[in-house]
Amino acid sequence: MSTILDLMAEQPSSDLAHYNFAYLDEQTKRMIRRAILKAIAVPGYQVPFGSREMPMPYGWGTGGVQVTASILGAEDVLKVIDQGADDTTNAVSIRKFFEHVAGVKTTTSTEEATVIQTRHRIPERPLEPGQTIVFQVPIPEPLRFLEPRETETRAMHALEEYGLMHVKLYEDIARHGHIATTYAYPVKVAGRYVMDPSPTPKFDNPKMHRNAALQLYGAGREARIYAIPPYTEVVSLDFEDHPFEVNRFDRPCALCGAENVYLDEVVTDDAGGRMFVCSDTDNCESRRADGHVGEMGVPAAEAAE
Amino acid sequence: MNQQLSTDERARMAAHDGPLLSVRDLTKRYGQRIGCDDISFDVWPGEVLAIVGESGSGKTTLLNCISTRLPATSGTVTYQMRDGQPRNLFEMEEAERRHLLRTDWGFVHQNPADGLRMTVSAGANVGERLMAVGNRHYGQIRETATDWLSRVEIMAERIDDQPRAFSGGMRQRLQIARNLVTAPRLVFMDEPTGGLDVSVQARLLDLLRGLVADLGLAVIIVTHDLAVARLLSDRIMVMKDGHVIETGLTDRVLDDPQAPYTQLLVSSILQV
Repeated sequence: MSTILDLMAEQPSSDLAHYNFAYLDEQTKRMIRRAILKAIAVPGYQVPFGSREMPMPYGWGTGGVQVTASILGAEDVLKVIDQGADDTTNAVSIRKFFEHVAGVKTTTSTEEATVIQTRHRIPERPLEPGQTIVFQVPIPEPLRFLEPRETETRAMHALEEYGLMHVKLYEDIARHGHIATTYAYPVKVAGRYVMDPSPTPKFDNPKMHRNAALQLYGAGREARIYAIPPYTEVVSLDFEDHPFEVNRFDRPCALCGAENVYLDEVVTDDAGGRMFVCSDTDNCESRRADGHVGEMGVPAAEAAE
Repeated sequence: MNQQLSTDERARMAAHDGPLLSVRDLTKRYGQRIGCDDISFDVWPGEVLAIVGESGSGKTTLLNCISTRLPATSGTVTYQMRDGQPRNLFEMEEAERRHLLRTDWGFVHQNPADGLRMTVSAGANVGERLMAVGNRHYGQIRETATDWLSRVEIMAERIDDQPRAFSGGMRQRLQIARNLVTAPRLVFMDEPTGGLDVSVQARLLDLLRGLVADLGLAVIIVTHDLAVARLLSDRIMVMKDGHVIETGLTDRVLDDPQAPYTQLLVSSILQV
């Protein structure tokens, strides 16, 4: 399958000259930056913007890519995560895309990156002041599945009528005995707007609270941008008698032995064999490099051989 | 958070001694056509007013105007708020009006699907208003919902079923419970027994009559069924072509209709 990235890779680099830095033209970037500034000024509020066609299908992170393209500078170092991993198709493609069209340095290290585009996870390593994390958002409207009318959900946001959000949580408890929403768990930002944190697992919700990094959310198909400025209050919605809880794992990572991190289940054979490993590959790798070994892992030196 | 008004509160409100809702010179035009024209009336606390007339007579337009669901062309609607202050509804902020609609008022639609959330459980349907006014205790919300379901004769074990699994009569009763859970003082009903068969209608009317009497609700009910008006209402208002033809105590109007149109209406009831 030949993608535009392959085609572009085949071209001599001089033929790329008609592409503007970071793919989008400067007027489009200005428009998106204005939307971003407005989103930062009103934390959690969904700002409409003129979403562009990108050379990838909707659902592959067109919103996040547009936000990243608009904020990227020549000095930036970009990291792209998909489901916590740096080496999955989506992450690799987007990283290659920006290597081509912006020529920026890319990395898989959370520490080195200045801009991190992500599909689900917030890295385990705490983000630092000056870093920006860009989320790819499929459905920005937290009230969507309860109230399909966009006119009505906008009025509800404007008038701060968020009772409906609790109806969703109520349904969860009535059906499952506990709040069973595990991702896209609604949060209240800066005591005002209720926001959908994209398909981020609720495990990462506490990381959004008073995070030192700037958090930007881009929804390409829905043409909305929203933001959480650094050090903003982010509260996960809950009931008094059913408080918000993050998912806990009953074992450490099988490769690096990390505890209290988000784990992925990996099926290893067709006889019920499975292992649980860090979803954040960078975190796992750097831990193993530091000499941590899980029950199914091998020491870093051996693995290199 | 079952905010039943105490006897004291009711006494204090009665002491304000004014109508709960006053409609003055209300007109709604759709371009050249008249929806309803120059209508004035009062509704007093605890009173049931029936608006009757044939279809197309402007009953529903009038109901939608006074419940602020539809902007009126001219005229005023004054409502006595819980603090006793009369307020013009058309001059209220949208936020205030919506708050009024989901706390102090109820609106029962003819088609329950319009008034219910069909994709969430019965318990959540009843609990929604409670959560909207800030109740954040699951146990309390569920308890109140269970209580209200039993009051409208829905079995407690159906609390986690969605309304689409309910019969028409159950849906209508659920809609009523959903509206009454915040102890409103005024409930609007648009043909509440419209799509139901006669025996279910009878049970629903019986239930409504009991609830209205127990809770001291003021009700404005729109119906084309004079039997419903006879059973439920204290006063009746007969409409035709957007105008009020006749108004008076229900028994008086139905037993001794004065206006020719009312006479026609009363004489068209089928005697079985």
